[in-house]
Amino acid sequence: MTQARILSFDPDGPRRSRRSGARGSGSTSSGDVPRGNGDESRNGDLANGDPDVLARLGNAVDFVRRRLSGDYPVDEFGFDPELLDSVLMAPMRPLYRSWFRVEARGLHHVPGEGAALVVANHSGTIAVDAVMTQLALLDEHPDHRHLRMLGADLVFSMPFLAELARKAGHTLACMADAQRLLAEGEVVGVWPEGFKGIGKPFAERYKLQRFGRGGFVAAAVRTGAPIIPTAIVGAEEIYPKIGEIPLLARLFGMPYFPVTPTFPWLGPLGAVPLPSKWIIEFGEPIRTDDLPEGAADDPMTILEMTDRVRETIQQGLYRVLVDRPGVFG
Amino acid sequence: MTRVVLVTGAARYLGGQIAARLAEQPDVDRVVAVDVVPPRQDLGGAEFIRADIRNPVIAKIMDAADVDTVVHAGVIATPMQAGGRATMKDINVIGTMQLLAACQKSKTVRQLVVKSTASVYGAGPRDPAMFTEETAPKHPPTSGWAKDSMEVEGYVRGFARRRPDVAVSILRFANVIGPSIDTPMTSYFSLPVIPTVLGFDARMQFLHEDDCLEAMRMIALAEDSNACTGVYNVAGPGVLMLSQAVRRLGRPAIAFPRSLLGVAGRSLGRAGLADFSAEQVRFLTYGRVIDTSRFTEDAGFVARWSTPEAFAEFVRGHGLTPLLPIFATEQDALKQEVR
Repeated sequence: MTQARILSFDPDGPRRSRRSGARGSGSTSSGDVPRGNGDESRNGDLANGDPDVLARLGNAVDFVRRRLSGDYPVDEFGFDPELLDSVLMAPMRPLYRSWFRVEARGLHHVPGEGAALVVANHSGTIAVDAVMTQLALLDEHPDHRHLRMLGADLVFSMPFLAELARKAGHTLACMADAQRLLAEGEVVGVWPEGFKGIGKPFAERYKLQRFGRGGFVAAAVRTGAPIIPTAIVGAEEIYPKIGEIPLLARLFGMPYFPVTPTFPWLGPLGAVPLPSKWIIEFGEPIRTDDLPEGAADDPMTILEMTDRVRETIQQGLYRVLVDRPGVFG
Repeated sequence: MTRVVLVTGAARYLGGQIAARLAEQPDVDRVVAVDVVPPRQDLGGAEFIRADIRNPVIAKIMDAADVDTVVHAGVIATPMQAGGRATMKDINVIGTMQLLAACQKSKTVRQLVVKSTASVYGAGPRDPAMFTEETAPKHPPTSGWAKDSMEVEGYVRGFARRRPDVAVSILRFANVIGPSIDTPMTSYFSLPVIPTVLGFDARMQFLHEDDCLEAMRMIALAEDSNACTGVYNVAGPGVLMLSQAVRRLGRPAIAFPRSLLGVAGRSLGRAGLADFSAEQVRFLTYGRVIDTSRFTEDAGFVARWSTPEAFAEFVRGHGLTPLLPIFATEQDALKQEVR
């Protein structure tokens, strides 16, 4: 399994090493080589490392064979970790490193094992922020945690999106699934603002919208999982939404049809996100296992906790915003 | 203590098999197997009585034999098996009502096991990833076998309320698959090219036919019949994605937009090749996974074949050979060379 996760055709492999060298951080640290694959040295030059090249080729062949013969495990949610790590995330990594230059802070607040609930602000017209947060935990967290996100039912009724979301490990935002994932010790990601947050106009950037009904807090309290308030700065500027076309939204069955300074005017070119500088800050965990018995069924406790999480994220946003050198940093 | 068991639906594979299996058990005195048509398979030590459960005659049979355990495996899955949807619905719903009426009158019956299906949960985008026995279906089935099963379960619950002294168990099975059984699912996977739904990949669970029989046997002959009453999900552990299953078959798949699959499927259905009812298309789109932990806890049942293993058994038993060039051998050879 572990072998198969590194692919010789990973387009990002060499670039990653180069970048890490440029940053001057230890290029052999596990932070730079994902999935703890230290034995598969990436620094091996293709020309002079014959056994290495052959081993990689062997791995790639093995990978292709297993994929084509259906010989790989998926979990009950349809999560296909191998596909996520090697294929789905491959095109996202250059975006993460070179385009948005994402800086992940406070990764130590996410436990190396066991359940946690990452709660973050949502923005950016399409859910790129969720994917980047997932990638931050997958590639930069020392234990390479998979973030299992809770998505709106719309996601699971749309062709292709539904398939991708399931394979990437995400599931429907409902109490049953949230509790099941947390009880299994997974890191669960939730964006409680939902479409209100992601589709808000550019003028309201970094202002947290209303936080649902606090169902996510109840799930964390029931399972005793810590809540990690997370502030994502940078996603607001990728597609500054200055208007919408309700008619087209209705036509396509979407919650909104965005208009940005470039989209839909420039066609596909307008869909290229602006290269804003991103900072994802995982905040101090809020413990839920010290609450009295039955706290999950006490609406007051849950609502107070929801407010507290919301406040913490808002404060985090302001702090990181001040800290960020500039929008395109 | 000896027992007399009545098995309905004995002319079909699972009904006949469970009748034969129960007849082999040392503590079973007699197995009375009924169906409207004579069975094509050997029922072993079970006695077959050709009787229509839609008819009150079933009560007479139960009385005459002093039946104490009823295994209701007589809910039909496809119209093809019954000779039309109207007959199918009649056998499923009216048959169950008659059977339950007979059970209610009976002085000897003390246990009822009903073979149901996980398709009563329906399938859709607003469902949780796994169904527990309590999950309320968000997209309840609207037609066919699944809807019949839902109604059957409703009548069975009513019966359980009226006769609290009878231990009633409903087993909701995932798709039963294996070397011998023929179901809409097995005929679907036997198509030379597998039609799938564009942009969706269903999560599926299978239960090996032998595990299905074993689960029914276990519940029907439980020492303490009251220990396992209620509704239970039964499936082989693990999950296969539809795409994964198709790859394991080694057959090509064509993806149709969902609306087209319904249309294309109906013509296939008319040709008698496979079942593409609305329910089946929903299942092929969204899939369904059930949580079987309650059955494991209460009955101590662990399926011998996991979902992937049951699927492999099905592929082997039906002699399905890959139609695509076999990647495995080619790639293995290449790998050898590389090493």
